Amino acid sequence: MAQGVWTIAEQRDGDIRKITYEIISEGRRLADALGQDVTVLLLGSNIKEKAAELGNYGADKVLVADDPRLEAYTTDAYASVISELVKADDPAILLLGASAEGKDLSARVSGKLGVGMAQDCTAFAVEDGNLVATRPIYAGKAYARVTFENSWPQMATARPKVMDINEPDTSRSAEVLDAAFSLDDGALKTKVVDVLKDESGKVDLTEADKIVSGGRGMKGPENYKILEDLADLIGATVGASRSAVDAGWRPHSDQVGQTGKVVSPGLYIACGISGAIQHLAGMSTSKVIVAINKDADAPIFQKADYGVVGDLFDVVPALTEEVKKYL
Amino acid sequence: MNIIVCLKQVPDTETQIKVGSDGQSIVTDDIKWVMNPYDEYGVEEALRIKEKFGGEVTIVGLGPKRVTESIRTALAMGADKGMLISDEALEGSDSLAVAKALAAAIKELDYDLLFSGQRGVDDDMGVVGANIAELLDIPQLSVIDKVEVAEDGKSVKVNRPIEGSTLVIESPLPVLITTQKGLNEPRYASLPGIMKAKKKPFDEKTLSDLGLDAAEFGEGARKVKVLEIKPPPAREAGKIVEGETPQEKAAELAKLLHDEVKII
Repeated sequence: MAQGVWTIAEQRDGDIRKITYEIISEGRRLADALGQDVTVLLLGSNIKEKAAELGNYGADKVLVADDPRLEAYTTDAYASVISELVKADDPAILLLGASAEGKDLSARVSGKLGVGMAQDCTAFAVEDGNLVATRPIYAGKAYARVTFENSWPQMATARPKVMDINEPDTSRSAEVLDAAFSLDDGALKTKVVDVLKDESGKVDLTEADKIVSGGRGMKGPENYKILEDLADLIGATVGASRSAVDAGWRPHSDQVGQTGKVVSPGLYIACGISGAIQHLAGMSTSKVIVAINKDADAPIFQKADYGVVGDLFDVVPALTEEVKKYL
Repeated sequence: MNIIVCLKQVPDTETQIKVGSDGQSIVTDDIKWVMNPYDEYGVEEALRIKEKFGGEVTIVGLGPKRVTESIRTALAMGADKGMLISDEALEGSDSLAVAKALAAAIKELDYDLLFSGQRGVDDDMGVVGANIAELLDIPQLSVIDKVEVAEDGKSVKVNRPIEGSTLVIESPLPVLITTQKGLNEPRYASLPGIMKAKKKPFDEKTLSDLGLDAAEFGEGARKVKVLEIKPPPAREAGKIVEGETPQEKAAELAKLLHDEVKII
């Protein structure tokens, strides 16, 4: 019978990404509910030294697949190795992060294993020994609670920034094991030929703790400077509504909403955003929402924890000045 | 170059989603159904590649008869052929089953390149494209916002934005590409295009036409079972920040963010 909780670690350039700790922590909670172990699968090249500390977050075992061909993520190689190891060990639960990599990887692995999958979940529970996942659908206009039937492992991805990270316990370390796998060069078809770094160095919207977002009320691309000033000060990433992106004021990668990015920051400041349903869908899992808009009837105020009725061109620069007093 | 675009029909993104009285479905009565926005990028990109390399663009959709309308839209944009997989037994199928049916239909066609949307803006799963690629034993390139087909028509180079960077990836053909906003600006169907679309080849297939067993599809065969669909958690009505002037309001807001929620 399928046994154990498996989570897939995510590393980039040999550094463990934060989402890894989120899913190990959540995996630990699920494993405790089941009375089972957490095994983390870590893929990379010369990556073994990063394995033991994963125990601090709740891993019992870390299975390391170390191979030069696994140095950087490719769907072909990672999906092949993970599927092989999962088939050999038969875990009950397989958890990944719903990051760019995790979404791509989980989709392919679910196909290889022929199992069902719940993507981008915001909560998990164990009920009657089975995994129950809660996930937003229609970009958060509704939520579905799902479970699995005749589908092992029960496979799901967790939305970044939603799962609490366990307080690291340095007295706890994981047993580190080498994974035995085969990897056929013939199966490796795609190749990453270049990595174009985002020179701005800003945190991606999906991973940002704070977001300052501007909509149609910004009136033009030149005015985003006032949002950037505030964002720089508080360590936020600047986002935009669809109308601002469609007007060409901001790149499409900045779009928050149903056809853009779905975000869950600790603080979301919506400036000159009326709150079209597509936009609200994309940011409603933010912990604290602030709306600044001169139209007191704008729908965004229905979702906001704090609403400021006023001209953003007055309020935002004033807010930037006021915030400085606390920093 | 023969290109296949997978098409899903979804509720328009303006739709207010209402949960049905069974607590397990959404109310579909007043929904305006449209082509999944991400699929539009796939149709447009396929047409652009065809304009350069020749060949045919085939649209393969799955779902009830109403999906015909969205396939016709793609034909009116310029695609050559349409196919709808429609069968009552498909109702309620999960992503894996949908991928199985689409892959079975695509296997019978001649293809070099496949497009599907990076996700349907209804279920937000983003799994069907990858599952089709797996079933066809071809690579996938996910969430792509730039596609360049090599001059010899044998490989493709794409841009895949991830957190903090963009990966440039090369793949031999055939490959399945899932599309992201920013890839292109989809064209509108012209009036002559709409007229022509009515005469373009359009095939309808059932599961048995595809040699598939109906028992593997539909609600009963789901591996992911829906226990409940519910409205999003209600957000408590917030407070309007008081103040006579923008400065006073800003000062009060900063104070609240610092003292009350301790985020600044």
